[in-house]
Amino acid sequence: MAPVSTERDLRLDLFRGIALWLIFLDHIPSNAVSWVTIRNYGFSDATEIFVFISGYTAAFVYGRAMREHGFLVGTARVLRRAWQIYVAHVFLFAIYLAEIAYVAHSFENPLYTEEMGVRDFIKDPDVTIIQALLLKFKPVNMDVLPLYIVLLAGFPPMLWLLMRMPSFALALSAALYGLAWYLGWNFPAYPTGSWVFNPLAWQLLFVFGAWCALGGSLRLARWVGARLTRILAIAYLIFAFCITLTWYFPHLAVYVPHFVSNVIYPIDKTNLDVLRLLHFFSLAVLTVALVPYGSPALKSPFFWPAIVCGQHSLETFCLGVFLSFAGHFVFTEVSNRLLTHVLVSLAGIVIMVAAAALVSWYRRIERRGAGPRPPAAMPGLAGGDA
Amino acid sequence: MMRRLAVLFALTGLIGPASAGAPAECLVAQHQNEYIFPLPMTARAIAAKRLDILVVGAGSSALPGPNGTHNAYPARLQTALAEMLPGVAVKVSTDVSPHRTALEMVQALPAALSSAKPALVVWQTGTVDALHGVDADQFSQALDQGINLAHNAGADVVLVNAQYSPRTESMIALGTYAENMRWVALQHEIPLFNRFGIMRLWSDLGTFDFTTATKKLDMAVRVHGCIGWLLAELIVEAAKEEAPRAAGAR
Repeated sequence: MAPVSTERDLRLDLFRGIALWLIFLDHIPSNAVSWVTIRNYGFSDATEIFVFISGYTAAFVYGRAMREHGFLVGTARVLRRAWQIYVAHVFLFAIYLAEIAYVAHSFENPLYTEEMGVRDFIKDPDVTIIQALLLKFKPVNMDVLPLYIVLLAGFPPMLWLLMRMPSFALALSAALYGLAWYLGWNFPAYPTGSWVFNPLAWQLLFVFGAWCALGGSLRLARWVGARLTRILAIAYLIFAFCITLTWYFPHLAVYVPHFVSNVIYPIDKTNLDVLRLLHFFSLAVLTVALVPYGSPALKSPFFWPAIVCGQHSLETFCLGVFLSFAGHFVFTEVSNRLLTHVLVSLAGIVIMVAAAALVSWYRRIERRGAGPRPPAAMPGLAGGDA
Repeated sequence: MMRRLAVLFALTGLIGPASAGAPAECLVAQHQNEYIFPLPMTARAIAAKRLDILVVGAGSSALPGPNGTHNAYPARLQTALAEMLPGVAVKVSTDVSPHRTALEMVQALPAALSSAKPALVVWQTGTVDALHGVDADQFSQALDQGINLAHNAGADVVLVNAQYSPRTESMIALGTYAENMRWVALQHEIPLFNRFGIMRLWSDLGTFDFTTATKKLDMAVRVHGCIGWLLAELIVEAAKEEAPRAAGAR
């Protein structure tokens, strides 16, 4: 099965870039600007977009590597990427440790004796650090990269299968999702509990993205473009919006019929609730309708900042996590006014774009230094990373 | 934006129910008590002129220092209720000790219930579970269990969620636990005292500065005073509520 096209779909980079910005905004606690992010208007959030597109691009890039150089080389490339992400995660963890140590050292207030239990994590650094290296201890907002690592590590056989029996592979992935849901399977976490993003559930969206990249989107095109599908998608988005309103204006909750709330709650992010999945599909259906493939607008400088971030997603993501720490630091140490929230949010996005542009430039000069090569031999550079 | 809107609502709420005697700084947060479900046992106890309340909680239900017990919100709740309900003998007993998860509190609950025989249990939880990353489902199950234990012992329940703590916000993920508490409260049709929302509003309005590093107790004492007072108002309001569905629901 051949990929749909050899040219990278800029829509993927655009929306992954936007998702990275939204994740950054959402990760600054109590950020007033985060009211613009999609999680406030429906069930799903930027994580779904990120995971789906990551699956899509992984299949696009490594599928080609696997087809041209065989299973072994393809697998090696995927695992190298997983390793890079692991290293990035450990780097972020070091920053987190520094932050927690700073707060433990400098903050004291009798109102918060219980909350200062966070200090316990640095009382036994040997245990905490080892558990973090094992991906069992994951600080707040540091759950996405471990998910990505596990998804990539398990990806090669799935990719192999997707390239031969795509529908069967997708069905297998859906079965695993169902089993994990039904039997309560998840990865263990430290000190207690399990992973915030259950890889056994979230793999479905990743594999679905990969399936779309390997020809699935063509097969779906007729359904996605159908009038009825669009109407259903809009209806569902409106429904989700109304339900979400009741979270922010609790007195509206009385208008939600009892049987509806009994069916929908709790909306389980850990196990990628079906409601969230449907919400993401609805958004995707409308997006495909509004921004067609190869739309010339995608080449306009207006979209370039998001696209360049989406093309260097790992660097941008890590920087975003760091910047959200830094932004929160500014809120608590310097100023917590609305204007500060706006400035910090904007500055963060500008820094992310600048860094992505820098990485892009680096890649270009590195490629030039390496001499001319046929583009097909460098799938990883076909316009961005997996 | 949402929060700025909430502030507006809060300010307009000031014109609403008059509350004599409450410190002015507390008042802005009144609108946060949105989920008012009836408290039938409490209403009965008030009518019988004797209201026994059990506060079950962890570290954030207590204050350090020699006057800690006196300053913390359970004692302040008793004072406020006694003022609001003249002629009613109000007694607040506590089962409060730090670092306890919801499940650990549930395990201690039967003993506390049988010694206090309360008409109402005020249950503060969430922070420690979030700190330890307790499985969200297990947390919800513990809440269910505790609420059922209290109901079976003939007591109403009011849930109290975590404190708003800006300094540790990036280290303790309260989100899921707060949502689960809200959901469990809705399912059981019991009131939830939104301590998190109230404190965040105070922070937004500049009523209290929760980022100050200090060893002094004065702000903590004022915050607990306000929480005790607002909690008392919620209880009095909820006890007045008609109970159309309550008879069948339990």
